[in-house]
Amino acid sequence: MSDAASFPQAARISVRNAQLRGNLRHATRTIRSKRARAVAELADWDRLRAAGAAIKDRTLRHLDQYLEQLEAAVTAAGGTVHWAVDADEANRIVTRLVKATGEKEVVKVKSMATQEIGLNEALAAAGIRAYETDLAELIVQLGADRPSHILVPAIHRNRTEIRDIFRRQMGAWGRPAPEDLSDSPAELAEAARLHLREKFLRAKVAISGANFMVAETGTLVVVESEGNGRMCLTLPQTLISVVGIEKTVPTWRDLEVFLQLLPRSSTAERMNPYTSTWTGTTDGDGPSEFHLVLLDNGRTDTLADQVGRQALRCIRCSACLNVCPVYERAGGHAYGSAYPGPIGAILTPQLRGTASALDASLPYASSLCGACYEVCPVAIDIPEVLVHLRERVAEGGSVTRNGARVTIRPAKGHAAERVAMRAARWAFEHPRALRAGERLAARTRRAHPARLPGEPWSASRDLPVVPPEPFRDWWQRTHGGKEAK
Amino acid sequence: MRVALFITCVNDALYPGTGRAVVTLLRRLGVEVDFPAEQTCCGQVQYNTGYRRQTEPLVRRFATVFTEYDAVVTPSGSCAAMVREHYPRIARRAADEDRDGELAELTGRIVPKVYELSEFLLDVLRVEDVGGYFPYTVAYHPTCHSLRLLGVGDRPTRLLRAVKGLDLVELPGAEECCGFGGTFSVKNPDVSAAMGADKARAAVDSGAQVLCAADNSCLMHIGGTLSRRGGGPRVLHLAEILASTEENVS
Repeated sequence: MSDAASFPQAARISVRNAQLRGNLRHATRTIRSKRARAVAELADWDRLRAAGAAIKDRTLRHLDQYLEQLEAAVTAAGGTVHWAVDADEANRIVTRLVKATGEKEVVKVKSMATQEIGLNEALAAAGIRAYETDLAELIVQLGADRPSHILVPAIHRNRTEIRDIFRRQMGAWGRPAPEDLSDSPAELAEAARLHLREKFLRAKVAISGANFMVAETGTLVVVESEGNGRMCLTLPQTLISVVGIEKTVPTWRDLEVFLQLLPRSSTAERMNPYTSTWTGTTDGDGPSEFHLVLLDNGRTDTLADQVGRQALRCIRCSACLNVCPVYERAGGHAYGSAYPGPIGAILTPQLRGTASALDASLPYASSLCGACYEVCPVAIDIPEVLVHLRERVAEGGSVTRNGARVTIRPAKGHAAERVAMRAARWAFEHPRALRAGERLAARTRRAHPARLPGEPWSASRDLPVVPPEPFRDWWQRTHGGKEAK
Repeated sequence: MRVALFITCVNDALYPGTGRAVVTLLRRLGVEVDFPAEQTCCGQVQYNTGYRRQTEPLVRRFATVFTEYDAVVTPSGSCAAMVREHYPRIARRAADEDRDGELAELTGRIVPKVYELSEFLLDVLRVEDVGGYFPYTVAYHPTCHSLRLLGVGDRPTRLLRAVKGLDLVELPGAEECCGFGGTFSVKNPDVSAAMGADKARAAVDSGAQVLCAADNSCLMHIGGTLSRRGGGPRVLHLAEILASTEENVS
């Protein structure tokens, strides 16, 4: 990822894509207002939100205990638990498990964790083809594209683009789309249904993520809208679930809070159409073999950071994306990871670190307007974490990497800024110097242009006109306007 | 009651008219403000860009300069929010990191005394009609930090509605960020400009003659965008509208 474009570089291109801007504007605004209505229906939303945050915080504080409880319960119910410290280990485990079945194909239900670790690419390298079965993920896969939204991975595509992708690509992956496919939603859905049904009936192995893992019973929970996930979770003989360790909740009573918070925040529904739960294996019902791969991949390191750890409360609802003015204009791809939008801007630099130009630029991909924090169902103070991570980028400092405290150096490209910030601080500590500077600017005001070539502000905005006299001089001259003006 | 004006560095250097308007307005309401000349900047730019420790001397300076006053009024929602929301956090971290254990006590004393202008007018002076006159159509942009960090709510629009001659019109998508965001505007110039262009368009579409906000940094961004594209409303700080009278229209 080290050669990937920084956020501003990527956004410079996407912001000029009128089609993308239009698609995103329409889609995010529609979901945004629906969500506001769904949340307003509940008089106790604030209390639910506080409960969600408190449950997550308590769970994260005792995560070691809950994970062992979860492992014991899953094992007792006939499942096998695997621990993966990073992406490579998780990919090796899953590849080995699939190979052991002798199969060359797997079906997948949308899973952010497997995108995070690049599982499809790892499977492909081992000669195993993974078929995405979430409708939007299918569109992304057929279009040789990347997801750009947590909940609506193909949000950057419109109906016509989807029809073209289906007509062009479905045949290469399985059952082709009808020749005369139109861009009506019903026809597109039917084409996808027939294409996917063939996969479900043939697949022997499925790979999923999970929204929640209930420690007390070892139960995994997937929340979805389409029912394709349910097919994946029930039809194949072997089910492999790759889940981040932070998805643990202690009890079913805790789960109840999140089953109210999540659908209203993500799809603006009171309840989502499909909630699938499974506990180990059951004879004659569903997969006969179940593997749970518990993924760390930077989460324990994130947990060590007092300010940053709140990012692990995230339940992947995507409400923050849908209200974010930066996401709306830059699009999801500019964030360069499985996690776009405001949550991605705080999660990715913690999970991956801030060594690459892209990852170091993510904490700055926000105007700090605070709309994300306002809608977050688990009250993650995203602006607070962004500023905290900016400090890490600009000044370096002590962080936890692979379980050990290390001191990182400031990211490259901040030297001039650091000098400027120190100079400004010095001037602000010396009011006389500040005043001399202000006076100089005022005396030369007529020479100030409205734009400076090559300077980012004035490329699109006129510079402000410097007044003839700063306020402090006016105050001193007139004693606050009491004397002649 | 001893009241001090915290002008903010941006207003001091670029928008002294806003400071003069606050002085005029408060004097009209019977409040003499003082201007301690040792004040400089709240440190928001440093803090929000990732230079928290650079901010500490400025936090200390602010808390010391204003310590003897009963109230500190500032015509900036963003700087008021910096003090109220972030000063306690900065002081706590300084203590945690064994640098400045005293800062927490200093900021603890000053933070409850700091008011954004509309808060001071409605919550302390308890006036809604400040006796202003402004014969124009006005659209109000709430600015993110006033809206979401300070939670000033409808205070500014209540004050505007009470101004004689003023016709308040709706700004489409009012609660959306204008794209300024301090150093965001130069670190992410393309996204910032795109947000600014949308806000400028909304200002034009509102049909208002004047676009008003309680923060000149946001107005600098929107105004600079409007001036580059040509046409549209002029931008004016809330204080200047409220200070305006029949004898002296801003």
